Amino acid sequence: MKILVCISQVPDTTTKIAFSDNNTQFNTAGVTLIINPYDEWYALVRALELKEAGIANTVNLVTVGKADAEPVIRKALALGGDEAIRIDTDSNDPFVVAAQIAEYAKSEGYDLVLCGKESIDYNNGVMGAMLAELLDMNYIGFASALDIAGGVATVKREIEGGEETDTCALPLVVSCQKGMSEARIPNMRGIMAARTKPLKVVAPAAISPLTTIASYDLPPAKTGVKMIDENNMDELVALLHSEAKVI
Amino acid sequence: MEAQAKTALTGGAFLIQPSDAANTFTPEDFSEEQKLIEQTCNEFLDKEVIPHLLEIDKQQEGLMPSLLDKAGELGLLGAAFPQKYGGLGEDFVTATIINEALGGGHSFAVAMAAHNGIGSLPILYFGTEAQKQKYIPKLATAQMKGAYALTEPNSGSDALGARTTATLTPDGTHYLINGQKIWITNAGFADVFTVFAKVDGDKFTAFIVDRNTEGLSFGEEEHKMGIKGSSTRQLFFENCKVPVDNVLGEIGRGHIIAFNILNIGRLKLCAAALGGAKRAMNTSIAYATTREQFKTPIAQFGAIQHKLAEMAIKTFATDAALYRTAKWIADKEHELAAAGKPDSETLLGAAEEYAIECAMLKVIGSETLDYIVDEGVQIHGGNGFSDEYNISRAYRDSRINRIFEGTNEINRLLTLDMYLKRAMKGRINLMTPAMAIQKELMGIPEFGEDDAPFAAELKAIANFKKAALMCAGAAVQKLMMKIEQEQEVLMYLADMVMDTFMAESALLRAMKMQASNHEHASLAVDATRVLIADTADKVNHAGKNAVNAFADGDELRMMLLGLKRFTKTNSFNTKQARRSIAAKMVEKQRYFF
Repeated sequence: MKILVCISQVPDTTTKIAFSDNNTQFNTAGVTLIINPYDEWYALVRALELKEAGIANTVNLVTVGKADAEPVIRKALALGGDEAIRIDTDSNDPFVVAAQIAEYAKSEGYDLVLCGKESIDYNNGVMGAMLAELLDMNYIGFASALDIAGGVATVKREIEGGEETDTCALPLVVSCQKGMSEARIPNMRGIMAARTKPLKVVAPAAISPLTTIASYDLPPAKTGVKMIDENNMDELVALLHSEAKVI
Repeated sequence: MEAQAKTALTGGAFLIQPSDAANTFTPEDFSEEQKLIEQTCNEFLDKEVIPHLLEIDKQQEGLMPSLLDKAGELGLLGAAFPQKYGGLGEDFVTATIINEALGGGHSFAVAMAAHNGIGSLPILYFGTEAQKQKYIPKLATAQMKGAYALTEPNSGSDALGARTTATLTPDGTHYLINGQKIWITNAGFADVFTVFAKVDGDKFTAFIVDRNTEGLSFGEEEHKMGIKGSSTRQLFFENCKVPVDNVLGEIGRGHIIAFNILNIGRLKLCAAALGGAKRAMNTSIAYATTREQFKTPIAQFGAIQHKLAEMAIKTFATDAALYRTAKWIADKEHELAAAGKPDSETLLGAAEEYAIECAMLKVIGSETLDYIVDEGVQIHGGNGFSDEYNISRAYRDSRINRIFEGTNEINRLLTLDMYLKRAMKGRINLMTPAMAIQKELMGIPEFGEDDAPFAAELKAIANFKKAALMCAGAAVQKLMMKIEQEQEVLMYLADMVMDTFMAESALLRAMKMQASNHEHASLAVDATRVLIADTADKVNHAGKNAVNAFADGDELRMMLLGLKRFTKTNSFNTKQARRSIAAKMVEKQRYFF
């Protein structure tokens, strides 16, 4: 069985967010990039576990990104992927990302494609579903467990107040979340092996985005706590209604 | 301008030769792979060590060995061991990066360093093939844990004064070791010890002693001021029966093992201290930006900004000096390997070449860390004095670093002692530059201004070196053999050399960052200018105290004038430079260099 894991690079969670070009661009200057945690901790690690269990033969990685994504993909290779493909373009439009991956993957015969449930920068959470559609594969989203036996996947999903278990035939795209596996730390042998693993760069296909970001705004700065006299309930009620807008 | 050195300097030669920034290795030169290794170490600490510091400090049964096992599984312990002994064959710079990154692990860092350094290296470098095959692959994975037993109740700094004896049995098959060792790190769980004892009363010799050897017993855990999670016990040897095959190296040559291993240990202590310093600094930045007094985060106050910036400046310079030296050692190791030296001699030979730098780094690293944890507690105010806050643990854990691996006093003395011995042996020519300085002092000072980039800073560094050489040269001439009794003078001279080494390393790093348009180049230049301004005062202060101790009359007057001339620097607004550095630390919420 052949698995493809989609890896996205995202700003480190401690990044101070700033915008440029009249608030139309995310300013990446001085920003540390990491592997999207959902891609790394759940999609990639589960793929590696399936390979270690002898269920999968190959785990390849794909990312849509420019050359600055290479340290991130090299880390993913250090964790244990076989080879990586970098599609040499950048986009924050989920359709472009899905279509670029589909363009590469359609002729590669993958049985299972795993991705994180969302990337922690734009949080669209739709790339996996779009990819499944473009590859004409089945799709299960937001999975917290995945097993494969006899060409059939058993997938658990958290639903309101409980859990559902689905079965689904391969080929299949699964978007993964917490519960799927435990985060790993790349070991020294993996890091050294990553040095020589193939990292192919492929030219992007001509694909137009479906959305463009018109502008960004930061949330309003936190204001201080307003103290209200304990005997002045009317003012409290009025403020909860007019300022906090919770009643 | 003096000609710039194109090749690596020989050990100690930085003092008499200029260095070229472009050929100086700096932390900005780490490869992507080295950065990934650093990240692995940090992830390991964040996931496995930091959340369990309390249990580690309480010495929860089995916890420390299990952490070493996990580090072993990740390949962090044997990274620099040769591949044929189960290691990964990484170079010395990478090994230093690992030591630095894991150095923020409090007691774990100590256990790891003792296991990986003094606990393993004597066997790796001095063992027979059979000894290496038996122990090193297991030490590389922590399947076996290592320790090192040198210190005794009455022999600490004076290691060769050991009283533990080893006597050959009449049948010639075993040595019977008798004596006592103290302060043995990892003693509570180590499987194998490198033990030093005297054969026939005076032949200082190393032995490999397995934990379960008959006649070896252990004291209770010591109750220590800091590094409470690191196991420290006494070892008691009562007719401890060690097979003759366990003699390590040659009989009577134990001092070669004890002292050569220490060179590497000193550099690695600097690395570990640096790792601890960066974490303690980040903790302090986070506190200073969230703690409010007078309705203002305390990081907005100049007094706190000064402390934060000073932490960053010292760390920037220590980092620069450490990796500058680590690369020299790595290059020398490759050079010795290319010249056909066996594995066992390449790293030790390389570390011996830079033994002066290793001794200085030990002092620099431990004192940088001590400054940072001390001011870190201060920034935390009353909370810093509470065990609830990790900075108090960092403060306690830091203190030992100025004591072990040779006290900072011993390392200061050694710095000068090694210079003088090397000069006498003709390994380094201190005489010619010292004479040139004497001549320069007689002449008219040069007033010309060179407006090339960094000309003023390079000149300041060259002058600090002249000040150190002038004072050291005069001390040697005047005091001759008595200089050994004048430890105070030697301490001042060592400080002059060390502060200059640190300032020069920082300058070369800043110049290199500027040349590559590094994001933080201008702040690196600010940091270096602050350091140079402070170093000028420190060199002047130490120099005055040194020469006043032995010179008088015209000679004293001339040297005091010389010191004034050699420590004159341009005016510089250090307050403003420190504020800029602190502002970036607050913005980034971490040490950013």
